[in-house]
Amino acid sequence: MKLKKWRGTLMFFVVLAVLGLTVGLRLYSTVGGATALALGATSQASGTSSRTTTAPIAPNTPKTPAPKSPSPATIPAPAPVPTASRTISGQTQDTPYGPIQVSVTFVGKTISSVTELQAPNDRELSIEINAQAAPILAQEVLTSQSARIDTVSGATYTSDGYALSVQSAIDQR
Amino acid sequence: MRFVETVMGIPMSVEILELADDAAVALAREAFELIKAADRRFSTYRDDSEVAAVNRGSLCYDDYSEDLREVLAIAERAERNSGHAFSARLPGRNLDLNGVVKGWAVQRAADLLVARHVEAFCFNAGGDVIVHGRPTGLPSWNIAVRSPWDAAGHLAVLAVTDGGAVATSGSYERGAHILDGRTGCRSAQFASVTVLAPRLTTADVLATSVFVLGDEGLPWALEQGATAVLAVRPDASMVGAGAIPLATAEATTIPGRASMARQGQR
Repeated sequence: MKLKKWRGTLMFFVVLAVLGLTVGLRLYSTVGGATALALGATSQASGTSSRTTTAPIAPNTPKTPAPKSPSPATIPAPAPVPTASRTISGQTQDTPYGPIQVSVTFVGKTISSVTELQAPNDRELSIEINAQAAPILAQEVLTSQSARIDTVSGATYTSDGYALSVQSAIDQR
Repeated sequence: MRFVETVMGIPMSVEILELADDAAVALAREAFELIKAADRRFSTYRDDSEVAAVNRGSLCYDDYSEDLREVLAIAERAERNSGHAFSARLPGRNLDLNGVVKGWAVQRAADLLVARHVEAFCFNAGGDVIVHGRPTGLPSWNIAVRSPWDAAGHLAVLAVTDGGAVATSGSYERGAHILDGRTGCRSAQFASVTVLAPRLTTADVLATSVFVLGDEGLPWALEQGATAVLAVRPDASMVGAGAIPLATAEATTIPGRASMARQGQR
């Protein structure tokens, strides 16, 4: 019971660290992608108001061949007195969005960082903004992607693929 | 100071600014206690919860707690207003208030921090966010909306200040767990729906409802108290309604405060 509880906490720190890391990577990678924006197409939004702007965009594709630097995400928690640190890679987990693999660095018994070794490919996104209340341009949406980020909103995160990869790294310890 | 804990099986964090660490931790614990109390009362996974007692038939309405009545009232209002697309009682199933309880409980925890005069905080309950005040020296809290297809991807960044809440519903983390209250079937019109509203109780329920309602839900949500809606279709196109407060990249140039992610990079 106690171990189970402890694992949950660990898992959260891992998610937090991964978020931090990936947010960072994204901040640095979106700048190039935003220039690939193509504006101009117009289409009818089904079921809602008729004035819409459609802009097929590819925020991060094609991905530049720049290697994903394995920079660790620091966890903003009181750092434990560093002892020996070791890094363990989790197994690759297949998800509907592509394979996920992480490596976890332990300092003593504490996870000090999680690095994404393999992440699902980005999908092409297109943006269609309903002009009902305020006209919003796809460009503005894209621009916002490179803004400073304090936190992330998403569907409740308990990603099984992620959890499995992280868990396997913890188990190998 | 950032305080994290897993409650309701969901990782939750609160970042409290402009307060000594000791005081901030004490307040965070007090706030989290409210969420834990809500979990004890409303969980469908605990045999000893009040909702479990209701579902066993061992509690009649007169014996319901005030909290249960309040949450039931929110759920019933959402059911009526959404034409029963949102439902706490699916056909053939027990009472399940999970679609309301998290937003309600976290909003109550945030209200406690406001009542205790915390000037700036950012609450993130497994992807549902409440912010208050603003980060030191900055114009807004910036909240990224996650891509349904990439845990690292962001569709947009919203700049939110003063008592704003952002809730996202999607099927990408927990599988297709959102069911249409009218049919009991899974919804597939959107990959994710993000709703901005003054309170999380509202934003949470509306995000779920729009997820079920599809396109018609966007203008409807604005009538129901949402200030903005950003929805992503399964084909990766986005639809939006309301005043979507998109952040601008200029904010990154403001010195003196590096975001968590950036610290991770350096």
